Amino acid sequence: MTIKAIQEDLIDEFSMFEDWEERYQYMIDLGKTLPLIDEQYKTQENIIKGCQSKVWVHAEMDGDKVVFTADSDAIITKGIIAILIRVFSNQSPQAIIDADTDFIDAIGLKEHLSPTRANGLVSMIKQLKMYAIAYQTQLN
Amino acid sequence: MELFPAFGSRSLRGAPTMPQSGLSKKIAMFNVETIRKDFPILQRQVNGKPLVYFDNAATSQTPQRVIDAIVDYYSNYNANIHRGVHSLSQEATDKYEEARLKIQKHFNAKKSHEIIMTSGTTHGINLVASGFTSLLKKGDEVIVSALEHHSNIVPWQMLCERSGAVLKVIPMNDEGELVMSAYDDLLSEKTKLVFVNHISNALGTINPIESIIKKAHAVGAAVLVDGAQACPHIKADVQALDVDFYVVSAHKMCGPTGVGMLYGKEEWLSKLPPYQGGGEMIAEVSFEKTTYAGLPHKFEAGTPNICGGIAFGAAIDYMNNIGFKKIDAYEHELLEYATKRLLEIEGLKIYGTSKHKTSVVSFNLNGIHPYDVGTLLDKMGVAVRTGHHCAQPIMDYFKIPGTIRASFAFYNTKAEIDVLVEGVKKAKMMLS
Repeated sequence: MTIKAIQEDLIDEFSMFEDWEERYQYMIDLGKTLPLIDEQYKTQENIIKGCQSKVWVHAEMDGDKVVFTADSDAIITKGIIAILIRVFSNQSPQAIIDADTDFIDAIGLKEHLSPTRANGLVSMIKQLKMYAIAYQTQLN
Repeated sequence: MELFPAFGSRSLRGAPTMPQSGLSKKIAMFNVETIRKDFPILQRQVNGKPLVYFDNAATSQTPQRVIDAIVDYYSNYNANIHRGVHSLSQEATDKYEEARLKIQKHFNAKKSHEIIMTSGTTHGINLVASGFTSLLKKGDEVIVSALEHHSNIVPWQMLCERSGAVLKVIPMNDEGELVMSAYDDLLSEKTKLVFVNHISNALGTINPIESIIKKAHAVGAAVLVDGAQACPHIKADVQALDVDFYVVSAHKMCGPTGVGMLYGKEEWLSKLPPYQGGGEMIAEVSFEKTTYAGLPHKFEAGTPNICGGIAFGAAIDYMNNIGFKKIDAYEHELLEYATKRLLEIEGLKIYGTSKHKTSVVSFNLNGIHPYDVGTLLDKMGVAVRTGHHCAQPIMDYFKIPGTIRASFAFYNTKAEIDVLVEGVKKAKMMLS
């Protein structure tokens, strides 16, 4: 599936929710299903700065796709990461670099996009893209 | 006529002689609903819900009287002070100096030039820390407390790096109180400066500063007290405390941001070198030599926050009109109510359980990250602070990433605490 198609799926899913409670409950549940990062990657270097909660992200190449795994000590943050991983993981580096993040507004999580917001959604996206850029450079 | 006769003392806390109904009646006489009308922001909604503002320890809200003072300044007499011959400048200077006198009176400083206008608590602390660089030598000791805000740790670390002095820390116990016997052990003739907050921002503990000051003076050390968290609750009397330096921020006590006060005893302020160079702080300037202005101007380089200073004065007037004794008593009622209601929630733990604390409840739900709870509370219109509250050493002590901190002001209500409690319950349900 392309990043765009996954984003559209997410927008569809989130449009079913009538209020913030359902939306957040869904994110919390998503957080619980997040494929956990291997313990060995929960290192200081893999911590994303700018988050009130701790967030670790690890990336590796599987063929020509980048695979992300992550974890956080806060469950809503994990939910946000789960959404990002669904969108960006198992994609080619170039597709990740090219992807926009307008869907975040569309699924009602715009409030988390502010760069000053303590959860660091912006830092997370930046980090995922940095990995993609690094892998793309290797491919070139 | 005293509206709130029996509320002047803390004797009501759990006093068995006071029937519950009598207590409620007296709170009603405090008339929080009338007070709430003074704060336009309290009428607004957040995320479609009425705002419940429990982040008062971070910044307090602003009453109309203070907002009016700000508007009045820019509408009617905005001018630079202390140097203009024209009427507007004179008016602005008079109002600004009038504010200094209000601050002096409020904190009971002996002289008005012992009040240095700053940009806030952090500025005041850095001014003193910087000034002490030249007064300390290698091997001297500076004592800070384990309950400090980062802004109270870093300037002293920097001071010690510059001067070769050694930083010592008064430890805390499980209740979030300073261990005074350890403080006694740290004090010696090497101690030159003791730095402690009046009230901990993260836990709300009221520190025994009277005793801390006395003991420091006994070994000849100066004491700087950070009153940022105390100023909205306690009217500190700097002469009675015999404190050498006391710092506050206006925005913690219904004033605007970007302005604060450093009180310093004249003898100390005379000893400290100027902090910043610039206009206002000089007497005479030539390329060979500059003579510094006298106090307080020596420490007030550049155009100050004139409007902020005047509005700070208005905030002090506003709070004194209500009365600090009434504020303290009412807030203590809120604290007791919130503590009792929150502890009804299973798995909720409160950090900072000293008998001597202000209206701050720092807590966590078992196994749940404070950030998650804070995020959901925000969706319910409840503003709390989550995180380490710039006091990581305290969080390290309790081995937690942070807490949820609800801090109450005199314009908050028990009904709002009920909203918080229901919110925490809902968050717990969603997150478990």
